Amino acid sequence: MARPFTPKVLTANHLLDGDVVYLAPGSRLTRKLSEAMLIEDESTAKALLEAAEARSSVLVGPYLADAIRDSDGRPRSTHIRETLRADGPSIDIL
Amino acid sequence: MYLYSEFDRTYVRNRVRMFRDQVDRRIDGSLSEEEFKPFRLMNGLYLQLHAYMLRVAIPYGTLDSRRLRQLAFIADRWDRGYGHFTTRQNIQFNWPRLKDVPDILDALADVDMHAIQTSGNCIRNVTADHFAGAAADELSDPRPVAELIRQWSTDHPEFTFLPRKFKIAVTGSPNDRAVTRAHDIGLRMVHSKEGQNGFEVIVGGGLGRTPVIGKVIREHLPEADLLPYLEAILHVYNAIGRRDNKYKARIKITVRETGIDAFRSRVEERFRIIRKEFLGADQQVIRRIRDTFAEPDYVQAPTAAFDDALRRDPAFRDFANGNVHRHKNPDYGIVSVSLKAHGRTPGDASSKQMRILADLAEAYGHDELRISHEQNVILPHVHRKDIPAVFAELSRGGLGTPNVGLASDIIACPGMDYCALATARSIPVARDIAVRLREIERDVGSLKIKISGCINACGHHHVGHIGILGLDRAGVENYQITLGGDATETAALGDRAGPGFPADELVPAIERLALTYLDIREDQDESFLETYRRTGLAPFQAALYPDAVPKGRGGHPERSNDAVS
Amino acid sequence: MATIVTDDGFIADDRANEFLDWTEAAQDPADLPYGAAVEIPNSLSGEELVPGFDRIAHLRICFPSHVDGRGFTLARHLRRLGYAGRLRASGHLLADQYVMARRCGFDEVEIDDELARRQPESVWQQSWQQQTASYQFLLQREA
Ligand code: SF4
Repeated sequence: MARPFTPKVLTANHLLDGDVVYLAPGSRLTRKLSEAMLIEDESTAKALLEAAEARSSVLVGPYLADAIRDSDGRPRSTHIRETLRADGPSIDIL
Repeated sequence: MYLYSEFDRTYVRNRVRMFRDQVDRRIDGSLSEEEFKPFRLMNGLYLQLHAYMLRVAIPYGTLDSRRLRQLAFIADRWDRGYGHFTTRQNIQFNWPRLKDVPDILDALADVDMHAIQTSGNCIRNVTADHFAGAAADELSDPRPVAELIRQWSTDHPEFTFLPRKFKIAVTGSPNDRAVTRAHDIGLRMVHSKEGQNGFEVIVGGGLGRTPVIGKVIREHLPEADLLPYLEAILHVYNAIGRRDNKYKARIKITVRETGIDAFRSRVEERFRIIRKEFLGADQQVIRRIRDTFAEPDYVQAPTAAFDDALRRDPAFRDFANGNVHRHKNPDYGIVSVSLKAHGRTPGDASSKQMRILADLAEAYGHDELRISHEQNVILPHVHRKDIPAVFAELSRGGLGTPNVGLASDIIACPGMDYCALATARSIPVARDIAVRLREIERDVGSLKIKISGCINACGHHHVGHIGILGLDRAGVENYQITLGGDATETAALGDRAGPGFPADELVPAIERLALTYLDIREDQDESFLETYRRTGLAPFQAALYPDAVPKGRGGHPERSNDAVS
Repeated sequence: MATIVTDDGFIADDRANEFLDWTEAAQDPADLPYGAAVEIPNSLSGEELVPGFDRIAHLRICFPSHVDGRGFTLARHLRRLGYAGRLRASGHLLADQYVMARRCGFDEVEIDDELARRQPESVWQQSWQQQTASYQFLLQREA
């Protein structure tokens, strides 16, 4: 049996500066995870991923990352890797 | 150091122009990402977690003040004011933008540098002993050989799309500081019984998912046969190396699956054909290269200032004992500058620190610098009389940490703070361990801790006295410990100590290992590694897992199949 | 119809569909007709073809992907063994690899229409004309 679908955000790196970007409502891109669109059903996720793959002049390596809705309703990551992608390095730099 | 010929200059500029064109074609859509990727990788440009990352080659780790200042300039102009020195003697800039990269490459070309072949499935930047040309124990300077290989491997039409990346290391000393047994090819310069110069050729070593200590494929290869022999090895590997599984594509697997003897006979058979194609120019080229690596013009002066400082200044004594190594000229010392200040990121240097190092090299070091695979900077030729002044200036710039070879001199890969492939963070772990062990590290003495943020093992954890591998357990970091690894001429892979530790339990666990060693060593002269070899895993396991029921089962070298979740 | 890239630019394929398939038909190279054109997989070692060298006029080596470099090594080896006929690379090779292919002993590269559209003749010509001399050449010649 297929695994039940869990909510996702669509994310990629921006071609020009490499920044982490997320798909926000209205096909907009945002650099903040908190502004990303939380995708709650599988067919939408699939369609959005296909659309993102076609935007290869802006987006590099788009994929769907697990996320949950936190208490104030914004998407939050569930995996350390996505947390670091969203927040930047966890250490102060020189 | 090696000076670019007109040919090198034209070549490097041409490559920058080609890459500029490829970037333009990527941005305008005529190259797809899939097509562009191998070309950007061939020019050292990765896409990491948060940004692009540009890896710049520092061939065989050799720099001078002009080049280091240019790296500082690049860090300020196009990045965030710092760079990260890697275990492959390269420097990485963590925040460049795609459209700036051709300009950065031009700035590198201005000082005869490049980022060619620092990535991709090609022959990577050749590494060498970081004490090359200076070490007291050296038979022969490996850098001319490394430079010859750099030229031969650059844009090699046959070997730019190999099954997997390919790393070559060279050492000219019996004491192996270049980890030659953990490279795809390791070359040890040796004299034959008849006194002829040549190489012991080691093949199929490597760390990563399946760590393997390399095997000798040729005990004595005459010097003049080097390039055709390398070409024969690469030729066989490119033809039969596996391409169906990325984790089985390195030459270590090819050698293992073929068997070293069968592999050797294939290589020798190809070598006989290829040898005839090298008509002699390579030997002329290496002679020319050797001339550019002439010994520095040593200063003759009394060394009293050094001995004075030793007597007067305990801080200097610590520095001289740990960070200064024997030079072949007894009036000189090799100064290792630690990029491991307690609580800082191993291998990171700010542009300001780079400039301090450049100034010191110019003032006191015959204008030479080296980057070590241990992520430190070396001033290879400093007259003893000047070492106190060098120490004073280093200390002012936050570079005087006297911890080389000690527990806080940790190798750590970038890990999940930067690296897209990581399964856990390395840097914060290294920083915390260094701080925690600070009080006891002098007592503990020589201890090599090496940390990788994933099974790719860029942090060489398998060959650390204490190796740490960060893994992902259902989205949470978990760290596996190996013990007893060794990166030198007595190379060995560490033994898995047991179950991994969550991040917050790791640092105390490492401290318990150090304390256990202090407890059970026979005397102060027995190092951590010697104690481990004497006692085996048991006492250390007991310290790591005080609550565990003894399993009565020894350690086993860490293997691939039990790694990534 | 496929496009053939040569040093002088694009030409139409004068050999379409005439290549014998090595894995099916040409197992014994000494049985090949004179002037044969043969398509070979990149997994051959090269030696298998030697008995047929005097009969083979044209070889085509497939590149299943542009990052699979076996074809380069095979081409080089065939030239070393003395193959003197035409040598064609086909499959997914990019303009940026044309010089590499030529240096390994290929005479020409066969590309499909889609690639010819995205990487037109001018791109291939540029990559050919702007090449610099190679390190390998400098290191192998006579002293
Ligand atoms: S070991 Fe893994 S995490 Fe560390 S730098 Fe290498 S690939 Fe990245």
